[in-house]
Amino acid sequence: MNDDAIWNWDTAWDVLPALLRGLVVTIEATVVGMVIASILGLLIALAMRAPTRWVRAPLRFVVDFIRMTPLLVQLVFVWLLLVDVPPLVIGFGVLGVHYATYMSEVYRAGIEAVPRGQWEAATALNLPKGRTWRAVILPQAIRNTLPGLGNYAVSMFKETPYLFAITVVEMYQAAQQYGALNFSYIEPLTLVGVLFLLVSYPTSLLVRRMEARLA
Amino acid sequence: MSDDLQALIDSLPNLGSAVVVTLEMTIGGAALAMLVALVLGFGSRTRSLWVRGPSRVVIEFFRGTSLVVQIFWLFYVLPVFGFKMEALAVAIVALGLNYGAYAAEVVRGSIESVPTGQWEAATALNIGTFHKVRRVIFPQAWALMIPQLANLLIQLLKGSALAFYITLHDVYWWIDELQRDTRDTFFSYGVGLVIYFVIAYILTWGMNWAEERAKRRLGRGTRPRLRDVFGLKPGVPTEIARVKGGVA
Repeated sequence: MNDDAIWNWDTAWDVLPALLRGLVVTIEATVVGMVIASILGLLIALAMRAPTRWVRAPLRFVVDFIRMTPLLVQLVFVWLLLVDVPPLVIGFGVLGVHYATYMSEVYRAGIEAVPRGQWEAATALNLPKGRTWRAVILPQAIRNTLPGLGNYAVSMFKETPYLFAITVVEMYQAAQQYGALNFSYIEPLTLVGVLFLLVSYPTSLLVRRMEARLA
Repeated sequence: MSDDLQALIDSLPNLGSAVVVTLEMTIGGAALAMLVALVLGFGSRTRSLWVRGPSRVVIEFFRGTSLVVQIFWLFYVLPVFGFKMEALAVAIVALGLNYGAYAAEVVRGSIESVPTGQWEAATALNIGTFHKVRRVIFPQAWALMIPQLANLLIQLLKGSALAFYITLHDVYWWIDELQRDTRDTFFSYGVGLVIYFVIAYILTWGMNWAEERAKRRLGRGTRPRLRDVFGLKPGVPTEIARVKGGVA
C-alpha cells in the first residue's frame, strides 16, 4: 500500500461492499420509518381536530416537544431505556415517531386545503361522517400531502446516520468501523458522502417533478 | 429521586458552559448559514450561468449529503489535507454550510415570491440595482422567509447535538455526564430534553418577534394575539409553504 497518496483506490474498493450493506440498512430504516411516520402522522393530524381541548392541548405539547428536541438525544434516550429491544427496531420507531410529528403538520395543511364546498356537499348528500372522511376528504387531502411526504422521506434518509449512536451498522457506522480497523478514514467517509448524494439527489429531483405535476 | 436532584444540583455549574457551547454553535452556525444562504440564494437566480451553475452545485451538494457525514468528514478527513480546525469551528462550519444550503433555497424562493411589479416599479423610479434589492425587494422577501428560517434554526439547534461526538462539551455532553452520575436514564435525559426544548422555545419567540418587526416595517404590522407571540409554531403563510424546496 503506498502511503504517500492521499486517495487509495484499493482501500476504496475494499470498503465498498461494507458500505453497500450499510446502504441497505439505511434504506430499510427510511422505508420503515416513513411508513410509521405517514400512518402515525395522519392519526395525530386527525386527533388534533378533536372537538375537546383536553385532547388537543396535551397532544400539541407532546408533538411540539418531540419536534423541538434533537433526534439524536431521543434515539439514545430510548435505546438506554429499552435495553431488551434490538437497536434497529428502536431506530425504526424513533425515526418514525419523530417524523410523524412533522408529517402531522403536512396532513393538517393538506386537510385544511380541501375546499369547504366539499364538506358542504358531503353534508348536503347526507353522507355519514366516516364516509365523508374516507371517500371525500382524505383522498383529496392525501394528494396534497404527497410532495411533503417525498421531501420528508429524502430528509429522513439523510438523518438515518444518527443511528450510528445506537450501534446500528448503517452506512456511516460501516465506514467508521472500517476506518477504525484500517486507520484510513478518507476513502470510507468520502464514499459515504458520495453514496448519499447518489441516492438522495435523484430522489429529490423525482420529488420536485411530482411537486410540479401535482401543483 | 433525592439523589438525582443532588446530582442535578452538583452538575448545574457545568450546565452553564454547556448551554453556552450549544448556543455558540447555534448562533455561529446560523450566522454563517445566513451568509451562505444570501450568497447562494442570490447566486442561484442570477442570469449568468457561471455564477448560477456553481451555486446550484454547492446547494445540491450540501443538501444531498448528510449533516452527520459532513461533520465527521470535516473532523476526520480534512486534517489529512492539512486543514486542522478546532472542534467548535468544525461544528459551526458544518452546521453553517449544511443549513445555509437549505436556507439558500428559502431565500431564492422568497425573492421569487416578491411580485414582479415591485421590481418594475423600482426600475421605473430609476433606483439602482443594489438599492432596489436592499430597500425594496429584500425587506418584502425577508418577511416571507422568517417563518421557514425559524424552522431551520430549530433544526440547526437539534443538529448541534452531534457535536458531542467530536469532543465538544455541549448540552448533550452534560446530559451524558448526568446520566453517568445518576444512573437514571429517564431522569437525566428527561431533564436534558426539557433544556433543549426551552432553548428551542426561546429561539422561536425571537423569530416570532423578528417576523412581527419585519411585517411592521412593511406597514403590514398587526397587533399579534398572545397566542401568536407565545405559540410554538410560527404561522407559515400558505403562499410560501408551497415554494419549491420549502419543506425540510
